[in-house]
Amino acid sequence: MKLAAFTLAVILLLPKPTYAMHIMEGFLPLPWAVFWTVVSLPFVVHGVLSISKKVAHNPELKLLLGVSGAFAFVLSALKIPSVTGSSSHPTGVGLGAVLFGPTAMSVIGTIVLFFQALLLAHGGLTTLGANAFAMAIVGPFVAYGVYKVSRGMGINSALAVFLAAALGNLLTYVTTSAQLALAFPAEVGGVLASLTKFLSIFAVTQIPLAISEGLLTVIIFNFLLAYSPRELTLLKIFSLQDKRKGSVSSDAGA
Amino acid sequence: MLAVTLAHKNLLLLAFVVILAVIPLFTVADSEFPGADGRAEETILELSPGYQTWVDAVWEPPGGETESLLFALQAALGSGFLGYYFGLRRGEARKKADAKS
Repeated sequence: MKLAAFTLAVILLLPKPTYAMHIMEGFLPLPWAVFWTVVSLPFVVHGVLSISKKVAHNPELKLLLGVSGAFAFVLSALKIPSVTGSSSHPTGVGLGAVLFGPTAMSVIGTIVLFFQALLLAHGGLTTLGANAFAMAIVGPFVAYGVYKVSRGMGINSALAVFLAAALGNLLTYVTTSAQLALAFPAEVGGVLASLTKFLSIFAVTQIPLAISEGLLTVIIFNFLLAYSPRELTLLKIFSLQDKRKGSVSSDAGA
Repeated sequence: MLAVTLAHKNLLLLAFVVILAVIPLFTVADSEFPGADGRAEETILELSPGYQTWVDAVWEPPGGETESLLFALQAALGSGFLGYYFGLRRGEARKKADAKS
């Protein structure tokens, strides 16, 4: 009995693997909360403008925009077990970033974060700016950049999308760690020591999840390549593909 | 032809995702796989023991059941929309192919 109690105490007191998807409400000091909100705001504004411009030009893209949002919605609801014994969830912002550009996902990602903060006590309103910066700005920009560079190097679109979504996911977590480390520097070693602490464990946790996010994004992208050639052409994603593969669109219904 | 290989490709990708999620359930014994977010709090308090949160969540689900309801709704709404969209596009593509032949 004593042994059981001792074991329980040890388990409870042992340092647990620590990392964060979203920073919880009230867990960023006010100056940092304000700072990240101010930093994130221009991206969201740019995103709103870029979305309304794209949709005004091609109203039929609305549905695909909905798909990008729906995908982020589904993926951020999936808490998947990982190798370190914790669960975390994919972000789903890579797809929309590749399709509509990074700041469009700044808007959609922020909306997802807002609802999760409001209804699920997941993240928070004071930390919305910081969380948006990680998931809705850094994630999409990394995804977009990786996709463009990969395609430029002649990598096929499926692999490019995989790399984009997976790295976008990973860098989202790196950003969150950095934000926490900046706000909570360790007494010994400062920001770097904190960063190592936040990163060392979560990096391992996040790798399988980043891979899952990459794979899930490729699944949706494959469907889009087969069934939405018109929209992909409008978004100038299909043109490269078209030249190489010939008329994919005519096979779509077969 | 494409539709067949597409389904195969996607099933294979999905299988990988499932495998990645299932492996930890067996390799990491006695873990309840708690959410990530709570863990950050612990480290913050460890690094900065005096830290007081200065705001509380506006609203919190009363318990795990309500929370899982909301997460299930979130996933259901999202996947419902995805299903609608791809059903619509697939139907359109098929109609176009039929009209051609």
